[in-house]
This record gives sequence, structure tokens and C-alpha cells, in this order.
Amino acid sequence: MVGHLNKDNIQTLEFDALIVGGGGSGMRTSLELAKSGLKTAVVSKVFPTRSHTVSAQGGITCAIQSADPNDDWRWHMFDTVKGSDYIGDQDAIEYMCSEGPKAVFELEHMGLPFSRFENGRIYQRPFGGQSKDFGNGGQASRTCAAADRTGHALLHTLYQNNVKEGANFLNEWFAVDLVKNKFSEVTGVIAFSIESGEVAYLKSRATVLATGGAGRIYASTTNALINTGDGLGMSLRAGFPAQDMEMWQFHPTGIHGAGSLVTEGCRGEGGYLINADGERFMERYAPNAKDLAGRDVVARSMVLEILEGRGCGPNKDHVLLKLDHLGEEVLNAKLPGICELSKTFAGVDPVYKPIPVVPTCHYMMGGTPTNIHGQAFTSENEIDNEVPGLFSVGEAACVSVHGANRLGGNSLLDLVVFGRAAGLHINEDLKSGGGVEEANSDDIESALHRLNKLNESNSGFEVAEVKRELQEVMQNYFGVFRRGEFMEKGVQALEEIRNKCDNLHLHDKSESFNTNRVEALELQNLLEVAEATAISSLKRNESRGAHARDDFPERDDENWLCHSLYDPIKKDLKKRQVNFEPKTMEAFPPKVRAY
Amino acid sequence: MIEVNIYRYNPETDKFPYMQKFNFEMPDRDIMVLELLNTLKESDPTISYRRSCREGVCGSDGMSINGKNGLACITPVSEVAKGNKLELRPLPGLPVVRDLVVDMTEFYAQYEKIKPFLQNDTPPPNQERLQSPSDRDKLDGLYECILCACCSTSCPSFWWNPDKFVGPAALLQAYRFIADTRDTRTEERLESLSDPFSVYRCHGIMNCVSVCPKGLNPNKAIGEIKSMLLTNKRHEAEIIASDGGGRS
Repeated sequence: MVGHLNKDNIQTLEFDALIVGGGGSGMRTSLELAKSGLKTAVVSKVFPTRSHTVSAQGGITCAIQSADPNDDWRWHMFDTVKGSDYIGDQDAIEYMCSEGPKAVFELEHMGLPFSRFENGRIYQRPFGGQSKDFGNGGQASRTCAAADRTGHALLHTLYQNNVKEGANFLNEWFAVDLVKNKFSEVTGVIAFSIESGEVAYLKSRATVLATGGAGRIYASTTNALINTGDGLGMSLRAGFPAQDMEMWQFHPTGIHGAGSLVTEGCRGEGGYLINADGERFMERYAPNAKDLAGRDVVARSMVLEILEGRGCGPNKDHVLLKLDHLGEEVLNAKLPGICELSKTFAGVDPVYKPIPVVPTCHYMMGGTPTNIHGQAFTSENEIDNEVPGLFSVGEAACVSVHGANRLGGNSLLDLVVFGRAAGLHINEDLKSGGGVEEANSDDIESALHRLNKLNESNSGFEVAEVKRELQEVMQNYFGVFRRGEFMEKGVQALEEIRNKCDNLHLHDKSESFNTNRVEALELQNLLEVAEATAISSLKRNESRGAHARDDFPERDDENWLCHSLYDPIKKDLKKRQVNFEPKTMEAFPPKVRAY
Repeated sequence: MIEVNIYRYNPETDKFPYMQKFNFEMPDRDIMVLELLNTLKESDPTISYRRSCREGVCGSDGMSINGKNGLACITPVSEVAKGNKLELRPLPGLPVVRDLVVDMTEFYAQYEKIKPFLQNDTPPPNQERLQSPSDRDKLDGLYECILCACCSTSCPSFWWNPDKFVGPAALLQAYRFIADTRDTRTEERLESLSDPFSVYRCHGIMNCVSVCPKGLNPNKAIGEIKSMLLTNKRHEAEIIASDGGGRS
């Protein structure tokens, strides 16, 4: 990486398809392509089993008719549409819920060690927002689980099957920026080997962003340290839009202080939340579903309890998750990972004492807008135009099945259903001659610009300090409850932070395993995501799903029953229609969302 | 204040590795070793180590902590610092890339060698394959491995023969598939481990068990494999003996 990088002093590696990100969605895509005989590579900044999918706990929600032989994917669809507060695309949700069982059975055939019922079928547990008979038949049990380590089991199973199919991995390679040609087609990425520092133009006929979420824009998050929105950062810098970026899920139960996730499965198995008075307060906020209402509803209720002085602990800044009444045997069998995490990070054994919890940033519902084949698009005058060569899947994408609020267990389903769909589509497309035009040396140099500038920095701002500043701004102004005047301050603060991010000082210029360089590049990605979040949040003048505004407390279907589309060049927001046209049934019309 | 000594080596600038001393002001609460490292890295951004989930499930930050392998993110400083001293070194036995980062190629190669994926020769049904809860229970203590390499790199047999001895981590996974009632290639899996090195280089030193951050027991799994191999051998011998009688 010595000296100024350009097209001639870096190598070019050519692929048919490139997948950036080795988590659940990326590896499900690559598995499909590995079987196809196309030349593909997964570019992952960590060894694939270190990806954040590994931390998913409770399960994968899907109407496989195991716990209930009469379960129906349409009920799952209804729940998902309602959970999304009606801005999830109904064609995409229909596709996910109806294709889901096939995708889950495939995982089982690949070896995923699901927990089992006595009859040998896959174990399913109740999760939040689940119902039978379109909300009329009470709580459903629809989340397929491998104890409380479903993400770990799923990610390892996918990696194992990629090994089986001989998939090609560029592990510990970091993708820097998209290469975009003069036709605005994506022709690959600039990336470097973290281990050796070697830089390459990874040229590809199809580039799939499967880079996961970006929870690290917040100071307190359940997300791994690697969740820095690298794919979204790249696509925003390349001028491509992002959809529904104001929609961030705050998980009700992050461990107070540490931020580690405590699965909703705890409440599914019968646990519940209590305030300082020992009251099961969710009975007041959601009389029917109680602790298993939508995550946005539970998170807001918890914050209100704390704001009204009924928080626990010396600072009255959290509530408690009570599990001890379930008994040691159930906890060890169904929630062993939670017992371990709680002892390590809260110093509490849930067999005897409740876990201190607080709503914690967990999931990015927004992302790069795509169709159900993972194809990214831009939108002009209500018409979607596909971006040749660019795809996105998983949390990085916004297809959109989660709308304004994701239901628990739907993210793992999203990964495998749409990872598979993108793989199938790309395979077909490339085999029928699809692809993109060449990029020229200027195109490649613009994608090298960020790396060159950082490598050539002799002074400037400190990565760690600027990151902390960014995370505090997001935490303070764009949290569970939001207000216009505060958000405006936040947007202003981010402008200053952008200036700092443009002028970071890279102290360590060495080649081999330089994590200083990686962290600087990650911070610049965080900034892109944070800014898209801030501006989208400020402009959506209503409360819907996870986006709760003090100054606009009501849902406003007349003006905002739509997606928001953030334009990174104009730094402005457009509206985009929500799909209300499922293929096999009538759409679910918007209703008041009560649990 | 505690004294932290960290193994440093940058192949571009250092002819030899060295230990660098840092004085670290502990906050008024206990912290994990990873948080200590993250804080030190803020003042010296050149310190290199891997990290991801920071909650003990991704297996990135295995390292030698005061002489014992463990995950930095779930090891409280208070539990390991001896006499207010903490020494951090890379996992032993693998080549060092830089500082606390080791080259895990050989470790992953052993994992791939045991064919770490379910193999079932019957066509899959339209639904899931059935498995009783008690059969599923046989996978507990096996499938939870996070591939952190703490066990294999604490094993003297793996240090001597990292290319031929499969090592505790990969053997645990070998047994995970042998034990899975849905896998139909048990014989083939056992056969591939029957040479003098793959499994028999385990001498029951038990370092793997004492360091596993997930509380797993590779030694037990290795014992199961060994006894299955012996049963197979006995079975083979019986067949040969009875067969030999018939032929004469």
C-alpha cells in the first residue's frame, strides 16, 4: 500500500459475482452461487463465523406447522405487516412468509441442530407480535429455535455447507468503495487484505452488499464491534439512495451497561418485565399481548416507566427481566446462553435473580432499497430503476419486509430467504449474459480516493475521539423518543463530525494487520449511515413503528403511509410508495396497531 | 493501577518480538480484558488484535492471558491479574502475523479436513428430518464450539504436529457429526481418523478442557471417537477371524 494507489499499481482480480460480507445473508447467497459453477468470492472483513449473525439467539420465525399443525404462513404475513406498522412491502412479505418453510427445511437438511419437540419435529417458541388467525386466535408459537443459540447454529451450518460446496472466500479482506462506471453501473469494489495490506480491484459482473447492520452508530447497542454499515457507507458515497433509515429497532432487553442482547425468547418462554415496584407493567401498556407486544411498543413502555421514576437500581435507569419463576431446569434447557451471558455481563444468575435490562439499539430496518431478487434500485418520479451490477441482501438491504418495526425472528428468515433469492437470480442473470460495462482508470481512481487520502494523512482528528462523538450525538438525539428541535441540533453536530471524518489522522501506516486503518474506514461508513438516519428521522413528521416523535405523536397515514428514500447527494428525503399488491391474496389494509 | 505487558511484533519494523509495558488505570468497576485493550488502543492505535462480538460467541479474541488461553471479551481483569500484573500474548503454537494476531490457516485446515458438514445419503423429505429430543441432546456440548482455537493452541500434541494431529477443536466437530443421528457417514468419518496421528496423538493432557471458554469437553469427544475406533477394530478382527475360518 506504499505510495499513491492507482489502477496500474494495484492488481485486478476478476469474478462473475462478488459478495461483500460473510454473515448469514452473504453465505446463503454464496452457497447458491457456489453450486452454480460461476466464479465467485465472498469478501469478509472477519473469518465468516465471526460475523454478527452468530449473536442471534431466539430463533427463526416461520410457519412450518410444527408447534401448531394448523399454522398458516398468511397469519405470519399478517403479523409481519402489522408489526411493520403497514410500511413493509406486502409482495416481499408474502414472498418471505410463503417461501420461508422451504428455506427453514433446507437449513435443517444442511445439518442445523434445531431443538426438537417430542415427536421429533423442530421446536418452536412464542415470540413477540405473533398471532393465530390474523390476530383473532391468540398467541402463536412460530419461532424455530436451536436453544438460544439459533444464530450461531445457523451461521456455522451455512459456513460448513459453503465449505462442502467449495465456495471461495477472501477472508479478512476489507472492501473500501464501490467502483462505478460512467453508466452508473457497479463493476466491483476496491478492497485490501487486512493481513498483508495488498490492495486490489475486485472486478465483478455482480456485486452483492451483505454487510449487515450499523448499530455502532449508537453508543449503546447489542451489535458487534464490526457492525459499522460498510456496505451502506459504500453505496451512499457512490450516490445510491437508502430507504427508511429513520427506522431503528431498540431491543427491549439489552443488558444494562454492557448492551449484550437478551433474547425475546426469554419472554416467549414465560419471563416478564417488572419495574421498581415489582409491577408487571406491560399489562398496562398492552393488555392482550403484554410482554410479547411489538418490540417498539415494549421498548417505549420501558422508557416511560424509567422517565416516570419507576426505574430500578440506584440511578433508576433500567427495569428488570424476571425469569426465576421458570425454574432452573427450563432455563438450562431453553436459555443456556442467556444464563451464561447474564452471569458474565450482569453478574446475575437468572435462576435466582432478575436481569437488569434497558432498550438498546439492535437492528436497522432501513438500508439499500431492493426488489425481491436483491437487485438495488434508484427511484425517479415514482419509477424504480435497477442499478446494473448492484445487489444487497440481509440487514444491509431494505426489501422491505420489516417496514417501521421488525418482528423478532424475522431477520434470520430474511437472511436465508432473500440470500437464496438473490443467488438464484444472479445465477440466472449471469448465465443469460447479464453483466456490466468496463470501468476506466478514472472510475477506479475515484474509488481509491478515500484510501489514498487516509494513507497520506499527516495530521488531523483522532479516530477514537470522533467515533465517540458521533455515537453520543446519535444516542442523545435519535434514540427511542425523538423531537424535531433536538434532531436539528443532531444534524448540525453531524455536519461538524463529517468535517472531522474527512480529515482523520491515520497514525499507523503499516501494511500487515493494520486495524487502525480499518477502524478509520469503518468510522467513515458509520458517518454516512448516521447522517442518513438523522436526516430521515428529522423529516418524517409522524410517529410510526420504531420512529416515535414527541412533537408528532400520531401516525399520519394521509401523508406518511410510505417509504422514505434518502438521497445522499442532495441530503434530502423523497417519498416512495409502499407495495400493497401481494400476488396471491388481498392486501392487509392499514389499521390501528394495538397489542 | 495495573501493569500490562503486551507481546508486540510488527513484521515490517521489528526484527524480533518484544514485550511492551503499559501502566493502566483501572476504572472503579471491573472490566473485561478486551475493554482494557480497547482503551489502550485509543492511546496507541498500533496495538493489533482481533475482536468482533465482544460477548464470547464469535471466537475472535482468543489469546494467552497470564499464561492461560481465553477470550479477552469474557475474561474479567480481576479474575486473571496476578499481583496487579497482566501479560497478554498471542495464542501459542501458531505463526504470529502481528502482535496478538496469529495465522490460523493450519487450525482451519484441520477443521475442513474432518468434513464439518452433515452428510446424509438418503434424499431429504419435504419437511425436516425427524430427530428425537434425546438424539438431539447428543449434540449438546459439541455444536456450541466457536472455533476460537483456545483449545488446539493449548495442546502440546497440536504444537508438535499441527499438520497431522487434527487437534481438539476439529475432533470435537468430527464427533459432533458422528454423534448426529441424521449423518450417515459414520464409518467413513471414523476410517479417516484411524491413522496413528489424527486422533491417537491425543494423550489426554486435558489442557483443551481447562481452557475452553464455552465449557466444552473435547477430551470426552476424543475418548468417544477412540472407543468407537477400537470397537470397529475388534469388530473387523472378529470378521476376519470368522471369515478366515470359513475360507480354509
